Amino acid sequence: MNPEELRYTESHEWVHVDGDIGTIGITDHAQKQLGEIVYLELPEVGHVFNADEEFGTVESVKAVSELYVPVSGEVVEVNKGAVTEPGIINDDPLGDGWLIKVKLSTDEDVARLMTADAYAKYVAEEDHG
Amino acid sequence: MSSTDVFETPVSDRDRLHPEPRVEPLIFERSGQGKRGYSLPPLDVPDTVAIPKDLLRTEIEGETQVSEVEIARHFTRLSRLNFSIDQGLYPLGSCTMKHNPRVNEEMARLPGFAAAHPLAPEEASQGSLELAWRLERALAELTGLARVTLQPSAGAQGELAGILMVRKALEKTGRPRTTVLIPDSAHGTNPASAHFAGYKVRELKSNPKGTVDLAALETAMTEDVAALMLTVPNTLGVFEDRILDIARIVHAKGGYLYCDGANFNAFVGVAKPGRMGVDVMHMNLHKTFSTPHGGGGPGSGPVAVTESLAPFLPRPTVERRSDGRFVLDFDRPDSIGRLRTFLGNYGMFVRALSYIASYGNRIGEVAENAVVNANYIRAGLAGVYHLKYDAPSMHEVVFSDKSQVDRGVSNMDIAKRLMDYGFHPPTVSFPLIVHGALMIEPTETEGKPGLDAFIHAMREIARECAEDPDIVRKAPHTTPVRRVDEVGAARNLVLRWRPGAP
Amino acid sequence: MKFLPASDSERKQMLAAIGVSSIDDLFASVPPAVRGKPDLPAPLSEIEVRRFLGGLASRNANARDTAFFLGAGVYNHYVSSIADQMLYRAEWLTAYTPYQPEVSQGTLQSIFEFQTHICLLTGLEVANASLYEGASALVEALLMADRLVKGRRRAVLSAGIHPEYRETARTYFTNLGLEIVEVPLSAAGVTDPAALAAAIDATTFAVAVQSPNFYGLVEDWRVASEAARTSGALSIAVVAEAVSLALLSPPGAGGADIACGEAQSLGVPMHNGGPLLGFLSCKTDHQRQIPGRLVGQTRDAEGRRAFCLTLSTREQHIRREKATSNICTNQGLMALASNIHMSLLGKEGLREVALQSHAKAEYLKREIAKVPGYRIPYGGPTFNEFLVEVEGDGAVDAADLLDRLARRRILGGVPLSRYDRADRRRFVVAATELNTRAEMDVFVAALAAEAASAGHTGA
Repeated sequence: MNPEELRYTESHEWVHVDGDIGTIGITDHAQKQLGEIVYLELPEVGHVFNADEEFGTVESVKAVSELYVPVSGEVVEVNKGAVTEPGIINDDPLGDGWLIKVKLSTDEDVARLMTADAYAKYVAEEDHG
Repeated sequence: MSSTDVFETPVSDRDRLHPEPRVEPLIFERSGQGKRGYSLPPLDVPDTVAIPKDLLRTEIEGETQVSEVEIARHFTRLSRLNFSIDQGLYPLGSCTMKHNPRVNEEMARLPGFAAAHPLAPEEASQGSLELAWRLERALAELTGLARVTLQPSAGAQGELAGILMVRKALEKTGRPRTTVLIPDSAHGTNPASAHFAGYKVRELKSNPKGTVDLAALETAMTEDVAALMLTVPNTLGVFEDRILDIARIVHAKGGYLYCDGANFNAFVGVAKPGRMGVDVMHMNLHKTFSTPHGGGGPGSGPVAVTESLAPFLPRPTVERRSDGRFVLDFDRPDSIGRLRTFLGNYGMFVRALSYIASYGNRIGEVAENAVVNANYIRAGLAGVYHLKYDAPSMHEVVFSDKSQVDRGVSNMDIAKRLMDYGFHPPTVSFPLIVHGALMIEPTETEGKPGLDAFIHAMREIARECAEDPDIVRKAPHTTPVRRVDEVGAARNLVLRWRPGAP
Repeated sequence: MKFLPASDSERKQMLAAIGVSSIDDLFASVPPAVRGKPDLPAPLSEIEVRRFLGGLASRNANARDTAFFLGAGVYNHYVSSIADQMLYRAEWLTAYTPYQPEVSQGTLQSIFEFQTHICLLTGLEVANASLYEGASALVEALLMADRLVKGRRRAVLSAGIHPEYRETARTYFTNLGLEIVEVPLSAAGVTDPAALAAAIDATTFAVAVQSPNFYGLVEDWRVASEAARTSGALSIAVVAEAVSLALLSPPGAGGADIACGEAQSLGVPMHNGGPLLGFLSCKTDHQRQIPGRLVGQTRDAEGRRAFCLTLSTREQHIRREKATSNICTNQGLMALASNIHMSLLGKEGLREVALQSHAKAEYLKREIAKVPGYRIPYGGPTFNEFLVEVEGDGAVDAADLLDRLARRRILGGVPLSRYDRADRRRFVVAATELNTRAEMDVFVAALAAEAASAGHTGA
């Protein structure tokens, strides 16, 4: 994925919207903060979430982080490869390391999310905070 | 099998040639058909099994068959893969790794304690009840509080007991309230314990000195707050110099001040929490009172409370009747109940009372020397390692890797490199409010030569970080095993040996 | 002071290096109003400490100087010399939690071996590094089941579970919005399958049964596991006398999802009730919700087998209020003792200890049953512990009887009145491989003499 085409959350998830399907993952910054990821817990296909709800957790040896859906919708696919080989989230967080795909229930959520520029600025500020 | 196969090759030459064995097979791998390490007297009653067959098991597949000699070798070799206090400085911050006096071990093994049963008649247990009572009185005196329960198995269970007593007291006078305030520097057990007592946790941000921000406390301290859980001194090793104001603010809203006594070693025998306005406080006998850490327990976490919280103590309490007899009192209708079986980790009571008796009224020297030692390390490493909070240190000092991180070296690397210099690493990555933390607690039982050697090692490591960071990054080099793959362990969980495993 | 290595002159040099003139300067942040010296006696020398504590110890009857038949959660079993003497090694005694694996392989490997022993004994796939003791192990098992079966609030506990375990569970559950339902025992003294089934509903997340139960009767694990399975709850097998695991059908074979309890009898002295040794094991499917510390096998940077703590993200130091448990310390040294003991006894010895304990208890039970004035109220199979009821006119109190026996250096059992004041006529008697036939005969004769003198022969 081209980072420029993604939208971002303050909890470091990204979403890529193609039609009514949103692909969701965690950012490169997030995977670096966590370190080597050892475990991933994702929801079942068919689960319906409202934006900002927790949809899973991602764990490294020393840290655990909850995952929040950036957009409301129904889970239509989960990345089983990332569950069995969570290291791919470290290797390719914006590509093969995606987490879930949801069928968006509204297109209003995306507008609230940060652009790539805004997210870059947000991360820089967080680092200095 | 050819005849030469009888002579097995060691695991590897590298390991064989090392002066100390670096790997030891699992005891299950030493097992061999027909070996035996025990003997029992012949059965002197009829040999019967009066249990229906479908409730019986077959043999325990995979269990060992080894001789006592092999047990001795195996566990002695394994022990030598450990670092321990008796080898050298073990400055694990927050854990108070002090010398464990050996007379304590001897006393705890007296048959009158070690072979006693908790449900023996009271009349046949007067010595053990008196010991518990005397330890309670000693801890009450040291904390300046009225009563003490010895029941909690460790600090975390003590925390839960303490917060449950607060909850019960509040329920008695109205409502239990909803929230417990906890500073962001606190141990992880504090929020976990508050949660298990049914409370929401609200985190209190520390001020730039690393202590409680009184203005923030004033705002957060509402009538919905049951208690403030405060570690004194806090996990940065800094004493809350406004402790009396903190207590006033908490009490003004009808809340309770809970003291996490993990750091009691900083002021035991010098100051009394009861005089600070503390209502309830747990202690760790395995920290302040020298009971051995034993590779991770057993601990013991007594809780001291004010007179007004005493009705809520766990059941039973030990009481001295007017005729001098000691009894267990189960008849305590307001008690929070029980947190475990029997009286608690009794063997730790024996050791702790042995320790307190050895120091007696001079126990304040423990705290004094602990504080001198921590400040000596601080003086020796100031300017070499970064000190985020420069408030006065008590019994421990928290540096960080900030001055080294530019060289690509983390606090974990520094910790691992210390092993090569013959020291156990300090606590790393805690408290959470210091990024890259190195939390050093030497305790009072280290002398000047040991502290000097540690300071020297830390300075050498700082020099290496500047000149040859790779040697630090790849450390340790001299330990029984090199850096252990914790990521691999978590990704591919192997949590036991299996019969038939290679 | 003997435990303080710094000499006065060294301390002076250190204060100078710090840049203060006195120790008091270092305590400047401690307000004068909160300071105070303790009113304690003068320090005791080692000789005086021995006198002081030795004096207290001598006033306790114990298993070495009495005919000893106490159980009810703590048992007097054989502990080999080597299992205790190994604990004196400083490398075991004075190390802490193995957070740094490179200098803790001894402790880590020993825990890994302990985990394996517990799995082999319980017939389950995963075990943790130990818990405080049996009651808190049950609490942890219940909380674990609650996490695994989300959205339910009822735990069903057999009344055959040790009363102190049940009381502990009530203490923990009071404020967590969870409900405990206790199922009374049948007329045969075991968990009543019909009553158990009736207590389980759609909101039940766990069903727990103890075997041997508090009265010593052997229960069938399948009763709980089948009842639990039909409702989607998890079954918890509680074991307070772990030696029984070497003889009785293990929890795993009986379909239990979680086994937990007390392993003191596998190599740990009674210690007047603590430190003991809690354990918990479960199926692989549930391993991520197991509480407490876990050791896993891995490799070091040079490819050697090595061990480390793993799945730490479940624990309080990372998850804080979301942790699976608030526990931090476990029972490291007791788990080591138990590992040594189990390894030494091994396949044959564990079974032989169990068989001997059972045979001795059977002998004692039969002999007591012959004494007029006493009856064995339940006829079902027992392992090494059984209930005795004092017959007669109601004036005889079992606790008083046992107090009188104690004066004759016989610790004959635990009266049930300790847990239920109304239950005045019954007491629990335990036997182990350490009891000789001679001391059992002395006990039986003393019971007979008591009955004769009190006239409670029931005739």
